[in-house]
Amino acid sequence: MNLAIRDVRHNFARFILTVLGLGMLLMIVMGMGGIYRGLIEDATLLVDRIDADFWVVQRDTRGPFAEVSRVPLLLEDRLRSVEGVAGARAFVSHTIQREHRGLPLRVGVQGLSWPEDKGAWLPIVQGRPLAHPHYEMVADELLGLGLGEKVALGKDTYTVVGLTRAMVGQGGDGLAFFTVSDALAIQNDTPGEAIRLEREARRVRADENGIASTNPGLLEMADAPAASIPAVAPSQASAILVSLEPGADPQEVANVLNGWTDISVHTTAGQRDLLLTGSVDKARRQIGLFTAILVTISAIIMALILYTLTLDKVHDIAMLKLMGARNTMILGLIVQQAVMMGALGYGIAYYIGIWLFPRFPRRVIVVESDLVLLAVIVLFISVLSSILGIAKAMSIQPNEVLS
Amino acid sequence: MTRSVPAIEVQDLRKVYGSGNTEVVALDGATFALAQGEIAALLGPSGAGKSTLLTAIGLINPPTSGRVFIGGRLVFEGSRAAVNVRTFRRQFIGYVFQKANLIPFLTARENVQLCLEINGASPRKARQRAMELFEYLGIAERASNLPHMLSGGQQQRVAVARALANRPQLILADEPTAALDSFRGRQVMELFRQVAREQGAGVLVVTHDHRSLDVFDRSFEMIDGKLAEATPTAAAPTEAPAFP
Ligand SMILES: Nc1ncnc2c1ncn2[C@@H]1O[C@H](COP(=O)(O)OP(=O)(O)OP(=O)(O)O)[C@@H](O)[C@H]1O
Ligand SMILES: [Mg+2]
Repeated sequence: MNLAIRDVRHNFARFILTVLGLGMLLMIVMGMGGIYRGLIEDATLLVDRIDADFWVVQRDTRGPFAEVSRVPLLLEDRLRSVEGVAGARAFVSHTIQREHRGLPLRVGVQGLSWPEDKGAWLPIVQGRPLAHPHYEMVADELLGLGLGEKVALGKDTYTVVGLTRAMVGQGGDGLAFFTVSDALAIQNDTPGEAIRLEREARRVRADENGIASTNPGLLEMADAPAASIPAVAPSQASAILVSLEPGADPQEVANVLNGWTDISVHTTAGQRDLLLTGSVDKARRQIGLFTAILVTISAIIMALILYTLTLDKVHDIAMLKLMGARNTMILGLIVQQAVMMGALGYGIAYYIGIWLFPRFPRRVIVVESDLVLLAVIVLFISVLSSILGIAKAMSIQPNEVLS
Repeated sequence: MTRSVPAIEVQDLRKVYGSGNTEVVALDGATFALAQGEIAALLGPSGAGKSTLLTAIGLINPPTSGRVFIGGRLVFEGSRAAVNVRTFRRQFIGYVFQKANLIPFLTARENVQLCLEINGASPRKARQRAMELFEYLGIAERASNLPHMLSGGQQQRVAVARALANRPQLILADEPTAALDSFRGRQVMELFRQVAREQGAGVLVVTHDHRSLDVFDRSFEMIDGKLAEATPTAAAPTEAPAFP
């Protein structure tokens, strides 16, 4: 005769409420794990998706994610000339927050090296990659933009030609892909008045140095765009992505590039490590600690519940002992209820979780290995937390029937 | 067990609760024997030590000194148990208390069935035996009710069925009929007597109910921890003084 099930049936409402509460708690534990996974996934998504062998960044920086890196676009051509390099494209990335349809729109702007890279590698679920060098964008679904929608950024208007799924940046913002020149235009958008003021300033400087009097042609150039003036720094990228020819020795290429004193080279794996040990690390440990605390709290609460349930049954357990019931029978009653509670709580956590987590603003990724780990932990704390109740049950004397 | 050995033999049993100022001598050298097949009443005023004697014999509450034999076997030598208490209780003793003490989450039948299953009966046999007893006690139609749905008297009858389920050699009952009306009370006492006769069990019943005294073969009176045998007829019902 199974006592655990009969006892549960008898106190069904209380049991269900307890299990619900425990389930919610376990769901939070599960969610914490999912947030942790999501954080890592979001952070490393670009690095993993962008098919590059090397990330070439500004000398001695750990950019472009962990810190700011600036390299000239010209570096692309220098890199292409290195033996073993199949391709080089600029990586332009920055986050903007603008207003669109009256609502704030946060976009991770990514530049694609037109025409080598049109974004064919993107997980496009609707529409197409870029087809024109200007005024087109591929946006992530998360941004809430529709196909064909026009978005004004800076002085220009861009049309959404494709939609991707789950392309988010380190901060959880949806990404949008433009050509490098469009991305830079969005980043370096300067108001007309600022440009007029800058040009006036150039004219004044030229006058002061006497350049204008010896070389009046220069004054005309001062009115030209910055990019066309010699000795003024051209627009810059965050990094240049290098892909190698099949069969090329990565170490050899890296050796060559490391000889260049204006840049540093990171492999894709290295870049991933930089992300995880750098900016994501603290958040990761924070969530890890929080999860550990939650697991502990769950165990304590469960122990208390089981202890109270045992206290409620002191008289019955004394009667069972008087009837000559073996300790295993009484132990079974408690442990079985603990495991039932844990298992049902876990089930509730799982089903609420898979319904609730996709509704979170940032990604919560529940992977199978985490589910298995949590199941093991729940089983462990179920058994562990029954110890208190078992100790109480074992100390009950049959003569307590009389009290 | 053969008929020649007594069902219970108690020698110079003492039980002292507490110590120093709070010391209470609940049993003060009780000595008696009860033959197999015999049913005896244990009478006496409140606080006399009746329950203490019953629980000492029932291996629930060890005495301070003295010896207890059950079916000829030494079970207590002072406070030391000479047998495996749990197994012994399970196999040889049936208890009925003033309260029914049913397991609240088991139905009436399951309460009895569990007691049988603990003692190794198959679920089918156990169920059969439980229903047999319920038929006899007139509660068969309540068999699948939970205890809280039963009246006090019905609960008590389930407790009686549970005590008798394993056909114990010894039945110890502490005011078992307090919750029953006089008809049912008497019926339970008669059932005990029948069990004593048919199974050769020793039955010791603490009771205040003088109307059923004719059911018993013998009666003992306990006063201040001292035990004396009384003749059943001598224990006439004492009339309560008129309310002033
Ligand atoms: N656990 C205990 N601790 C201390 N004293 C106790 C304990 N149990 C019983 N006593 C005392 O021992 C004496 C005998 O108690 P017992 O319960 O055996 O009496 P009783 O004859 O069964 O009384 P009643 O008819 O009221 O049930 C009483 O004085 C009681 O106060
Ligand atoms: Mg008593």
